[in-house]
Amino acid sequence: MFERMQLLVCGGESCEQKQIGAIKDALLVELKKHDCENEIAITQSSCFGLCEKGAIVGVFPDEVYYQCKTKSEIVMIVEKHIKNNQIVEELRIKDPILHKRLKEHSNFHVFNKQNRIVLRNCGIINPLSIEEYIARDGYFALAKALKEYTSEEVIEIVKKSKLRGRGGGGFPTGLKWEYAKNSQSDIKYVVCNADEGDPGAFMDRAVLEGDPHSILEAMAICGYAIGAQQGYIYVRAEYPVAVERLERAIEDAKNLNLLGDNLFGTDFSFEIELRLGSGAFVCGEETALIASIEGFRGMPKLKPPFPAESGLWGKPTNVNNVETFANIPVIILKGADWFNTIGTEKSSGTKVFALGGKIKNTGLIEIPMGTTLRDVVFDIGGGIPNRKKIKAIQTGGPSGGCIIEKDLDTPIDFDTLTDLGSMMGSGGMIVMDEDNCMVDVARFYLEFTVEESCGKCTPCREGTKRMYDILNKISEGKGTLEDIDHLEVLASMVAETSLCGLGQTAPNPVLSTLKHFRDEYLAHVNDHYCPAGVCRELTNYIIDDTCVGCTKCATNCPVGAIIGWPKAIHKLDMSLCIRCGACKQACPVGSIKTVKGGEAHV
Amino acid sequence: MQIIDVLKKYPASQTSLLEILLEIDRLKDNHYISKEEVHMISEYLGVRTSHVYSVLTFYTLLSTEPRGKHIIQVCKDIPCYVNDAFDVRKTLEKMLNMSVGQTSRDGLFTLEETACIGCCDEAPAMLIDLEPYTNLTRDKIERILASYREVTL
Repeated sequence: MFERMQLLVCGGESCEQKQIGAIKDALLVELKKHDCENEIAITQSSCFGLCEKGAIVGVFPDEVYYQCKTKSEIVMIVEKHIKNNQIVEELRIKDPILHKRLKEHSNFHVFNKQNRIVLRNCGIINPLSIEEYIARDGYFALAKALKEYTSEEVIEIVKKSKLRGRGGGGFPTGLKWEYAKNSQSDIKYVVCNADEGDPGAFMDRAVLEGDPHSILEAMAICGYAIGAQQGYIYVRAEYPVAVERLERAIEDAKNLNLLGDNLFGTDFSFEIELRLGSGAFVCGEETALIASIEGFRGMPKLKPPFPAESGLWGKPTNVNNVETFANIPVIILKGADWFNTIGTEKSSGTKVFALGGKIKNTGLIEIPMGTTLRDVVFDIGGGIPNRKKIKAIQTGGPSGGCIIEKDLDTPIDFDTLTDLGSMMGSGGMIVMDEDNCMVDVARFYLEFTVEESCGKCTPCREGTKRMYDILNKISEGKGTLEDIDHLEVLASMVAETSLCGLGQTAPNPVLSTLKHFRDEYLAHVNDHYCPAGVCRELTNYIIDDTCVGCTKCATNCPVGAIIGWPKAIHKLDMSLCIRCGACKQACPVGSIKTVKGGEAHV
Repeated sequence: MQIIDVLKKYPASQTSLLEILLEIDRLKDNHYISKEEVHMISEYLGVRTSHVYSVLTFYTLLSTEPRGKHIIQVCKDIPCYVNDAFDVRKTLEKMLNMSVGQTSRDGLFTLEETACIGCCDEAPAMLIDLEPYTNLTRDKIERILASYREVTL
């Protein structure tokens, strides 16, 4: 049975919460009313990447996206568009930046500068349908690799594409495959690292949930190239939807003999199994991940030997990240030269970033390497909300650092970000404005590493803890200038002597905030003052004479420290104040300010 | 389902350990692995009990102490932190009258913190029994908790 039209209902988490289920039901009721429920397919897709808009319904093949809120709007869409082929202009989603209703979805300003390779199918196909994946050239790359290329040729193509590992390190993928291929062994393994854990990064989740088959296909291609017959996907148990869709995808692929024995009539066989991660960030490190699959504590091992020589159960193993794998089928189909036309010379292709923090349009974006940070933040991201000023962009999560405003025009690729003292990482990009305290941010990341350190090596286990203690001291106003020196010494020691990447990069947030925001550290130490008003012990509030007497601050104060009458300037009793900042947030005119200690007692 | 049935689903080799632990944890209403179960697992897989404990205590999703029927995990990572205007963790602590790491007296909820759960675009977020709840507000949390209480009653 073929339908003449398809309605895509966004099944992303954001939309799901906006009661997309109810919308789906209502659509069905309306279709039944018009007796056309058999002509129209309703499909729940993964996120469209326009989360800000929410509850989005796409009509295909017309490629029209509607934003609906009420039942009457659904009635209108069904009656006009589906019944009579008239597009309901007034319900089309608006471009969040241009504030206009656009005809073509791809003309959306948000998508203009993007180039979707990794996310090519996300939001377009039904992730539960292998047929839809095949219809979008799915498994053609595997067929092409098996039928037209030798394993050496496949590796040569990947090498020529200059694809680099998207998990953060940026190691050339083709080279990694070649090492695994050259290791002599009758048994080899392919492992997909889907233990995405970097705070603020969720591109792997999007691919696993939106396009699970692309990963299976890429893993099979990798298996063919290096001579492996067994693959494992190590996915976090915290991503239950991804786990479910992967399980389904593996089953469907097996049923069509796209996984299993003698694929495409060749003598190549490949199987994939899932392994669940159980809440340990360090398992994203490849040797720790391998230990975890083997059934041990997820602790890293000393390299070399690299997994390519001795990995899972001592056999040569190739570990790649989800996003890296997602690039593979396209590279095989379109060729390395095509891939090289995208991106920069040393970093080809695209990178998916998760925009988050203080930015108008949050969500996943995929941009060609070489796009500037300014374009990302202000053009695609729409800038900083509430007319605040940008302070820094944090990339690379707890392993990365901060990039400040003057460096915003740097084109993004693996090497430029490292030069700026940060790193690509897995692609989290968190924008911070003037209300974020950089000492606090560094303290926050250190708290994360302290907790996630597996404890195997001393520099990471003890060093991160000591650094965290010092940062705590500083944010409480008890720090000294010596502490800052200690912090720097410790940071470089931990970076140089830790066993794995987690410890080696853990000091980065400290080092980069110290480099760019030393004055903030000094303000905390010398003046006992937190310029951003975040560190509680160092924040004093004052109500200045621009107060309009709206009483909002007094109503919101949980301890009754603010006194004042309507239309009169309010007063704040600092002896009662618990420095929660509720008043500052409530003030509509910005009359409540933070000041250095001592001046605040009004 | 009995523990022994869970065990039999998996091949008796060490690589199944984590999967078995996760499944037993999910199966039980009080979400933990008891001493007896550790012994059963170690016998079935042919590994030492100390090894089972070493793995069991390494991963944050697993517990050796009984927990509540529903496990609430509040994301404590930076995007949620930066976008958290009202302190989700404190709000939950207040509403449930307990602190992180504890189980409510009626045995319904255990409150935990978790590393990033990949819902950063809709921060702040939390998981209840691995089901994500995002764009949290005070009212929303109240409604969510109420819905879990209702189902149980």
